[in-house]
Amino acid sequence: MQASLRRIWGLIYRHLCLYRRSWPRLLELIYWPILQMCIWGFTASFISGRAFAAQGKDHTLILAASTMLGGVLLWEVTIRSQMGVAISFLEEIWSRNLGHVFISPLRPWELLAGLIGVAFARVIGGVLPAILVAYLLYAFNLFTIGPVLVLFFANLMIMGWAFALGIVSLILRHGAGAEALAWSLLFGLTPLAAVYYPVSTLPVWLQPISEAIPATHVFEGMRQALLNGHVSSIHLLAAFGLNAVWLLLASLLFSSQFRAARQRGALISIGE
Amino acid sequence: MNTVSVQALSKRYGTTLAVDNISFTIKTGQTVGLLGGNGAGKTTTISLLLGILTPSGGKIDILGHDMDRDRFAALARMNFSSPYIALPGRLSVRENLTVYAHLYNVRGTRRRIAELAEELDLHAFLDRPAGALSAGQKTRVALAKSLINRPDVLLLDEPTASLDPDTGDLVRSWLERYRASSGCSMLIASHNMAEVERLCDHVLMMRKGRIVDEGSPDALLSRYGRESMEDVFLDIARGRGLAAQESA
Repeated sequence: MQASLRRIWGLIYRHLCLYRRSWPRLLELIYWPILQMCIWGFTASFISGRAFAAQGKDHTLILAASTMLGGVLLWEVTIRSQMGVAISFLEEIWSRNLGHVFISPLRPWELLAGLIGVAFARVIGGVLPAILVAYLLYAFNLFTIGPVLVLFFANLMIMGWAFALGIVSLILRHGAGAEALAWSLLFGLTPLAAVYYPVSTLPVWLQPISEAIPATHVFEGMRQALLNGHVSSIHLLAAFGLNAVWLLLASLLFSSQFRAARQRGALISIGE
Repeated sequence: MNTVSVQALSKRYGTTLAVDNISFTIKTGQTVGLLGGNGAGKTTTISLLLGILTPSGGKIDILGHDMDRDRFAALARMNFSSPYIALPGRLSVRENLTVYAHLYNVRGTRRRIAELAEELDLHAFLDRPAGALSAGQKTRVALAKSLINRPDVLLLDEPTASLDPDTGDLVRSWLERYRASSGCSMLIASHNMAEVERLCDHVLMMRKGRIVDEGSPDALLSRYGRESMEDVFLDIARGRGLAAQESA
């Protein structure tokens, strides 16, 4: 076990070294979450301002604006988790180092654990500054959600890892040509994941698809927490249950693609 | 005692047979050369030995471990160096070696890096990014990486390619010393025939995925009636001389 932990740390250390000596990488880490926060923060301010200006102060609009900010911050957790795993894997391809990694005693699950460790560090480094910006500029405090926020974070990160495993599997199957998916694929789920609006806003035929996404239940729970001050355990159970299924399916996909890559010799020529 | 045992190994890609039913052994402390022209199957054979490629048939045992079922136990005591697989260029040499010390669970990382820096003369660039080094320096760093875990089995793919004669000689001398002091078994794929004559006890000649001849350098020179391994290599690669008679 100690040897396993050491190998996992070796991989995390390799990526931390990259960030330690590169300010553009550090900037990239915080740039998007803060930019997103600014865009949606001003949008929310505008909506709140109109609501206050309206006669009788429309609290529904004010709450909608704050749940929007919560959605932006929490969705960044999933996006940064997914990108953290997928981009760290791509870093090995770009540096033509993957061959050395795969001939070391590092097991595939240790490789994934290391990539997840790097992704966790990226989430902390990328999302915490955005949470601070939301508090300082828009007086929005995500932590008012309470301790359940930890469970929201956990679910969103797990979903990001599961999604990243799928992307890494596609890279193993199609080579570095599939690398653009690391940036774009998860964004495609944004309209369906109930990030900015409730599932009930979607057309009826799209709602079952939305409810099969773990993040949907987190965002529904977040809205409950911000609007009513409590979260239905159904949402959390659904999120954890769906994440377990997603992670299992993604692991099976990764395992089969890793085996196939060893058969084809793709682990040697994956950068091409 | 055999450290590496390969039996009826083959690798097929679609209709192409890249490695065709080869068998060989490497004894403890022995250095075996793997020779052949481009596309002969040397790199595929090394990839199969490293477990990065799955065989279509046959069996590989390294250090008593079946590579199909228990490759990680063997990989912990093996290593590999090739000028064609890079180390992360933005990490310093010291950081790269630290990463691999962790991956191979090497005790006393700092001491081991200091030893390698001393033996391979890395001090001058230990804290420089690996990507900013000259070809010769990169080769020495790659060699240091491959020795970080004091391997019992070392696989080398063209270890002195693109090196000037002085650096090439330094690397060969170091490999000789390491083998003498550690009893390590080595497999060297090389196009440098002088290197093969100097380092290898036994040579496997490959052509079209098959081992077409083997023996000690002296035995091969004598069998083919040639002055140098280069001429033996050309006879086999071009199917001339003894090689032509045997294939006829």
